[in-house]
Amino acid sequence: MTYFPEEVVEHIFDFVGSHRDRNTVSTVCKAWYQVERLSRRTVFVGNCYAIGPERVMARFPGINSLSVKGKPHFADFNLVPYDWGGFALPWIVAAARLCPGLEELRLKRMVVTDDGLELLARSFPNFKSLVLISCEGFSTDGLAAIATYCRGLRELDLQENEVEDHGCQWLSFFPDSCTSLVSLNFGCLKGEVNGGALERLVARCPNLRSLKLSPAVSVESLNKILARASHLVDLGTGSFAVDHRTDVYHTLMNSFPKFKSLRNLSGFWDASPCCLRAVYPVCTSLTVLNLSYAPAIQGDDLIKIICLCFKLQKLWVLDSIGDKGLAVVASTCKELQELRVFPCDIYGAGTTSVTEEGLLAVSSGCPKLNSLLYFCYQMTNAALITVAKNCPHFTRFRLCILDPGKPDPVTNQPLDEGFGAIVRSCKNIRRLSLSGRLTDQVFLYIGMYAERLEMLSIAFAGDSDKGMIYVLNGCKNLRKLEIRDCPFGDIALLKNVAKYETMRSLWMSSCDVTLGGCKALAAKMPRLNVEIINENEETYEFEENLSDRHKLEKIYVYRTVAGPRNDAPDFVWTL
Amino acid sequence: MEAEASYVKDTELRLGLPGTHAPVATRGSKRALPEDDEKSHGKSKARVVGWPPIQSYRKNSFRARKAEAEVAGSYVKVSMDGAPYLRKIDLRVYRGYKELREALEDMFGCFSLGEASGAEGCTGSEHAMAYEDKDGDLMLVGDVPWEMFISSCKRLRIMKGSEARGLG
Repeated sequence: MTYFPEEVVEHIFDFVGSHRDRNTVSTVCKAWYQVERLSRRTVFVGNCYAIGPERVMARFPGINSLSVKGKPHFADFNLVPYDWGGFALPWIVAAARLCPGLEELRLKRMVVTDDGLELLARSFPNFKSLVLISCEGFSTDGLAAIATYCRGLRELDLQENEVEDHGCQWLSFFPDSCTSLVSLNFGCLKGEVNGGALERLVARCPNLRSLKLSPAVSVESLNKILARASHLVDLGTGSFAVDHRTDVYHTLMNSFPKFKSLRNLSGFWDASPCCLRAVYPVCTSLTVLNLSYAPAIQGDDLIKIICLCFKLQKLWVLDSIGDKGLAVVASTCKELQELRVFPCDIYGAGTTSVTEEGLLAVSSGCPKLNSLLYFCYQMTNAALITVAKNCPHFTRFRLCILDPGKPDPVTNQPLDEGFGAIVRSCKNIRRLSLSGRLTDQVFLYIGMYAERLEMLSIAFAGDSDKGMIYVLNGCKNLRKLEIRDCPFGDIALLKNVAKYETMRSLWMSSCDVTLGGCKALAAKMPRLNVEIINENEETYEFEENLSDRHKLEKIYVYRTVAGPRNDAPDFVWTL
Repeated sequence: MEAEASYVKDTELRLGLPGTHAPVATRGSKRALPEDDEKSHGKSKARVVGWPPIQSYRKNSFRARKAEAEVAGSYVKVSMDGAPYLRKIDLRVYRGYKELREALEDMFGCFSLGEASGAEGCTGSEHAMAYEDKDGDLMLVGDVPWEMFISSCKRLRIMKGSEARGLG
């Protein structure tokens, strides 16, 4: 291989697609490192504070696609303070200077500002795709800048962002010459939408395949859009609520049959059962259906629509579907790979309508099931053991029993054996979230069997430090560990410090780690940032005076080559 | 109020001699398991921050829609005498009493609702539709124009024959 000219090596590397493989390839020898870095087109940075943007771009000057993630996952559940960090601007600024050929930018859980979006829009003449997921800090003004300056924009995908509404005109900023859109998703916007501008935009983009509308888009507008966009593959419906027996409703009923390519349906924000009938004609070809934002649709109506979806691969639904509805899923959706069941009753105060019965039914009826997110009121070991036997292909298994620390209601035992069966049977499991009453035993099983596990989320579980130690010593491929409200302390934290350099990050909140323990960790491992997040205003001004025995509410530990960050707010203290 | 409180205290069952203030094992309250205390770190189970782990985006989206519906006053509970559970419907999606009745017939399955409007009376029917208005009074469905009905209806009740006849 050493005698091959660089062009040949580079050509061979073209076939090496995944980030991890390319990273590995670059460590073989200096020559390969050089060839690889100059030919790399896509870079994924899993933690924006693990490395500085300039360093990334200096190493990979030819990139045209960049993906960066910011806040830790628990930020989704309000556990990370609002202004903790994760700023996108330094990355945009660096790219503007060092990678002017940038075409794609994907940011997740970052703070993006209107200034950042405007800089982005003006700096990259070939810019084609912007994907923002769970970001915040920007408004529709920033979107207007993207619309104005990104000639040739193909994709604008806004998922679950908090966007400030400064008016509906941003859509009008797409010039008449913009005809290149392939994917437009603004489902997360809360404000009014300029229906006319939207309709004209859709009409002039013949390549549009994915369109996801916000709740403010009325059915009237939707009808006009659907009339012009019959090649859509992916549709987010907007509000989907209209009085039946109106002309608008009748038009809607007749809008869907002509969609031969439609495969994904979502939205249905305010959908009522009578409107849902409109999509029956396309159900038989659907592969993805997301009804999880439609609380007005009751179980019986969900069943009516699911009965038709026999090609479904991915289903997101509310627990109003009930065990009965899940039985219908099991008997109809034989191609199902991913199921997510969310609670209707957000505060989880009462009972939900799904139990272990629903999960059992789906596991036995859907042999291809490999990804699960399931909120339920209760779970039994027996059910989990059967699910494990039925579905050995799980790669993602996230179970949330709403009552923290709830045992098996039949035997009153912890759920150690059930989850143990899951990890023993599902050899390829990469992501696992635990819940219910769990002792250290479940962690023994996880450490022993979950060899491919990359991400583990633990809450209200375990009896002692041993639990965490089993995991740290066992799971070879662990990258992210997030723990809340568990009795793990300094002994566990410090048992295997080298492990943290093989991982992306560790989050611990409401556990038993102390300031002294964290200081020891930081001292032993200089290439980790040990962040203490202290929102208690009474104590953070007196950091230096806190005793080493002081228990820390929240810590975030991550490997980095960039040293302590310089944008940390007052309440974040990097040891 | 205070007199009442001391009366209660006097008759309270206690461990310990009368006149002492030993800690009371109250029967009513749920005994917390020792592990629970450690784990919850003093937080009440009912509202723990970030639990259940639902994305705040999703929570906010539901909250906003629920608030809108509640402000508009259009989501109402529907109970049927004898049925094991209630339903909830959005009155805004129906154009009139006829659609409402049809929808409720769908929801409550085999029970027939019959003619329940005030004008036609309840003769021959097994059930009548009544609603609770803003003042808390139980009213027969159908007397007022639809728009007025939507804005004043807080809850619907499908009543069984014998009770219903009293309203007709």
